[in-house]
Amino acid sequence: MSTPSQPVIKCESVYKIFGEHADKVLKKSDGKVDTASLLEAGCIIGVNNASFDVNKGEMLVIMGLSGSGKSTLLRCISRLIETTAGNIFIDGEDLLGMNEKQLIDIRRNKMGMVFQSFALLPHKTVLENIALPLQVKGISTKDSMARAMDMVNLVELTGYENTFPRQLSGGQQQRVGIARSLAVEPEIWFLDEPFSALDPLIRKEMQDEFMRLQNVLHKTILFVTHDFDEAIRLADRIAIMKDGVIEQIDTPANIILNPATEYIAKFTRGVRRERVLSCQSIMEKHDASIDLSDITVAKDAVIDTIAEHVLSEQKPVAVVDEQGEIVGVLNKASIIQIMFGKTHQHLANNIPANNTAENQA
Amino acid sequence: MQYFTNHKWVQFIALVAIFFVLVMAIDPTSGSNLWRLQENIFWHLPNILNDGLKYLINDFWVVNVYDIELDLTEKSTIIKEFTHSISGAVLFCINLIRELLLGGVKTVVTFTSWDFVSDNEWARIPALPWTAVASGAFLLGHYLGGRKLSMLAGTSIIYIAVFGQWTPAMQTLSFVLVAVPLSVFIGLVMGIFAYKSKVFESILTPLLNVAQSMPHFSYLIPVVVFFGIGDHAGAISTVIFATPPMIRLTILGLKKVSPEVLEAGLMSGCNPRQLMFKVLIPTARHDILIGVNQVIMQCLAMAVIASFIGAKGLGYNLLVSLNMLNIGAALELGVSIVLIAIVLDKLSLAWANKQTNYFANLPFHLHYKYSLAFIGILIATSVLAYSASVFFPDKPNYLYIISKAQGLTTQSFWDTIVDWIITNTYQSVQSFNFFMTASILMPIKAAYLSMPVAATLFLVAGIGYLVGGLRSAIVVTMFIGFIALTPWWDRALITAYMVTFSVVTSVIIGCSVGVLCSRNPRATKVILLVCDTFQTFPSFVYLIPVIMLFGVSDLSVLIAVIVYATIPATRYTVEGLRNVPQPLQEAASMSGLNQIQRLLHVELPLAFPHIMLGINQTVIFSLFMVIIGAFIGTDDLGQLIMQSLSKANGMGQGILLGLCVAFIGLAVDHLIHTWSNQRKKALGIA
Ligand SMILES: Nc1ncnc2c1ncn2[C@@H]1O[C@H](COP(=O)(O)OP(=O)(O)OP(=O)(O)O)[C@@H](O)[C@H]1O
Ligand SMILES: [Mg+2]
Repeated sequence: MSTPSQPVIKCESVYKIFGEHADKVLKKSDGKVDTASLLEAGCIIGVNNASFDVNKGEMLVIMGLSGSGKSTLLRCISRLIETTAGNIFIDGEDLLGMNEKQLIDIRRNKMGMVFQSFALLPHKTVLENIALPLQVKGISTKDSMARAMDMVNLVELTGYENTFPRQLSGGQQQRVGIARSLAVEPEIWFLDEPFSALDPLIRKEMQDEFMRLQNVLHKTILFVTHDFDEAIRLADRIAIMKDGVIEQIDTPANIILNPATEYIAKFTRGVRRERVLSCQSIMEKHDASIDLSDITVAKDAVIDTIAEHVLSEQKPVAVVDEQGEIVGVLNKASIIQIMFGKTHQHLANNIPANNTAENQA
Repeated sequence: MQYFTNHKWVQFIALVAIFFVLVMAIDPTSGSNLWRLQENIFWHLPNILNDGLKYLINDFWVVNVYDIELDLTEKSTIIKEFTHSISGAVLFCINLIRELLLGGVKTVVTFTSWDFVSDNEWARIPALPWTAVASGAFLLGHYLGGRKLSMLAGTSIIYIAVFGQWTPAMQTLSFVLVAVPLSVFIGLVMGIFAYKSKVFESILTPLLNVAQSMPHFSYLIPVVVFFGIGDHAGAISTVIFATPPMIRLTILGLKKVSPEVLEAGLMSGCNPRQLMFKVLIPTARHDILIGVNQVIMQCLAMAVIASFIGAKGLGYNLLVSLNMLNIGAALELGVSIVLIAIVLDKLSLAWANKQTNYFANLPFHLHYKYSLAFIGILIATSVLAYSASVFFPDKPNYLYIISKAQGLTTQSFWDTIVDWIITNTYQSVQSFNFFMTASILMPIKAAYLSMPVAATLFLVAGIGYLVGGLRSAIVVTMFIGFIALTPWWDRALITAYMVTFSVVTSVIIGCSVGVLCSRNPRATKVILLVCDTFQTFPSFVYLIPVIMLFGVSDLSVLIAVIVYATIPATRYTVEGLRNVPQPLQEAASMSGLNQIQRLLHVELPLAFPHIMLGINQTVIFSLFMVIIGAFIGTDDLGQLIMQSLSKANGMGQGILLGLCVAFIGLAVDHLIHTWSNQRKKALGIA
């Protein structure tokens, strides 16, 4: 069973290679993955040497452009496709070594998945769709329907339980998809671009809904998206993929402030940083000698929300943690820098070494 | 030269020109192989086939079988025993359902003996009063589909009872109620296996192709040889005939399930069995239901044809009436068959669409209200029928069964109409008949018959090459070449002439009607409904009105074929035009095209591949119907198939003739599909 220190999901050098000749090439090199020779043989590398952990209750957002291998990585971890090489552990158990029965078991109890195209069964009602995972587990019709009804209420679809998917809007259909994936109370929740097929307003609404659910449920989440704003809004950590490689895996703030590669810098260029970063990420060390203003700001506050107050103060403003302890100070200059500054490099130099997270990519 | 290689139509004209030159050059009187292939080894194929099958049945794998009744051990073969037990099982099921509906002793006999039954009066299944069956139909309709369906099902049964067709109709029903579930089950199982195993699918596909283009009659012959004649043989041939489309549609439906739905099933924790039955099959439901619907239609169509090999029921009576030119009776029987077809079709659809209410926490009597109501009605009607027979012992008991003699009939009415038509239109129909036969049909037939083998094969190969390159050329030449090797080239040409004539006519009518109707959404709906309805009619039924109007002649066969084959042409045209992407239509309108220009330059070209598939169906439908037309009297391949049905050693010949017909269909099918796929790819709508 999982101990607090043990990651819920652990990937070690995971590779997924598509192509007819993949097996042959791998055999030749004794199972070692040699990217160059694989590409030569006409294979497609879906996931290239992915290693990371996801902890309990954490939300890891995987992002990248179309074809970068996000879905493939997710499908490896849910074992919908067989991984070519590497190790994956779920709660310390070797996922790739599991037999059919164990796999079904873990899916019935630990995993839930939401799909981009909703993937609802067209000829079953909302209720029947949601009850599917319960019924295949062997739960009696009466109990599974009662439980499914709870899920319908949870995703606020009450009154729609006997309609068919085609009679619902996209957003409502995805609520059904979410309810189905949550019906068995999984620990791990996979979401593959769940909101990409929705239009922007509905998407925003669904993201709020999703946050609300997560605040109640505290699942361990792998969330795939190619929308950077969505990633920043939701993520504890973000993994950015390119051509199967995880280029960087870090907190949203660090990805913006310290992009590991040029590619990621390009990715993050258009982002309104003040809307993303919290005071914590740009504050400077507290020096008792400096005269501070009367107001304080919380270290988790997003800069955008407090900028006006700080800028209208004469003196630097104290940043406090939950207990009210001063953990740093905010200068007007750094806020102006964040809001109107141009380059990352310049900014990065100005940032004191307050950020402890290191680049893992 | 460049122009020639770049333009297919120029090549095509050249091809046709060479064909005509060849036709002129080859002298029919020379008796050479270029004109007609001389007797060759293939001519013995029917006998070889016969001997092979005889060996299989009579001498292959001999086993000793102990007969309980006669108390002795007999020699038999594995095939005989196998077919014997299948026959027995099927016959038992048919008899069981039949006796539940009509009463009888055969089921009891199966478990006891004839002696037991004759000693004990009570040992029989009593017949249900027709009133009970009709109320049952009302209830079932109501349970499955509400008021409308209830009315349809109930009144259909009442119609059948009141018109005195109870016995044959229930015989047909029992036959269909065995054949349909059997076909659906086998089709589903085979479909699932084919979906799961690539190897099995690649073996099955060509077999299905041939099976689906073999004419109905050719299924009867091997069945008679293996299973004998009778109701069970009819049911078995029906199952063999009706299963291929079910398999097809099951595979198609399963393959169409989106990979994400499949993954959703896996992530829900389905094991392979649950994945198949809880996710894949429900999701593929639409196609599978079309399959079931096709099975029902095929079974009813076969119900008539199977009566050639001893299936009792409406179909048999219909054949007899048609034989005696008793049009009125045939018409009434036809209506009954169509009604049964429609009711079964609608009931099965409603059943599949039925929703369960999971939260209805009903008391016992409400939960089982339909079953309880039926039991109540059963008792009430039985008591009524019984007391009626007690009170009026020597009057016919209308509450129990209405026999043929006592039923209503509109026969005389129809006969009067037919008489009237004959007396009043005899002149004009006759002259029309004469004109058509003498100045159109006969010349075409003669032209077809003057086609030399060599020239025809050249033409076919050339068309194949133009359409699909070398591969297609080889495929179609092999199909047609096979026919040329058999002794039936002339007959095949006659079949080809009839099919060509009817296809051309059907396509002209169907496409024009389709184009006209697609101009208006209301008309589109109406015409699709009409097509749907006409499609439910078993093919044999089409013969009734034409015989009624035109008597027995080549022309009436052709008219029946044309009516029948126009349906797919119309339907596919309407569908093709309707499915032209909206943006393209709008773009066309915005480019200033008027209605007619839009139709000619945008919609028709885009819909054309789909329309071609309709034409393909038209060809297959015509081919089948032309063969059925043998019943009225033609002199093509179909006639030979009919003959081999009654010949002692006809099996080999019958099968090969069936293959010849199938090969004509397959060649056309191959050409049209190849062409249509290319067009679709070129237009980007594949
Ligand atoms: N079954 C497969 N066979 C061969 N190649 C595949 C297969 N599935 C995915 N690929 C390839 O693997 C690469 C990664 O695909 P993947 O679906 O993971 O991308 P993605 O990041 O999810 O993109 P999107 O945002 O479009 O969903 C792509 O180049 C794709 O073509
Ligand atoms: Mg994807």
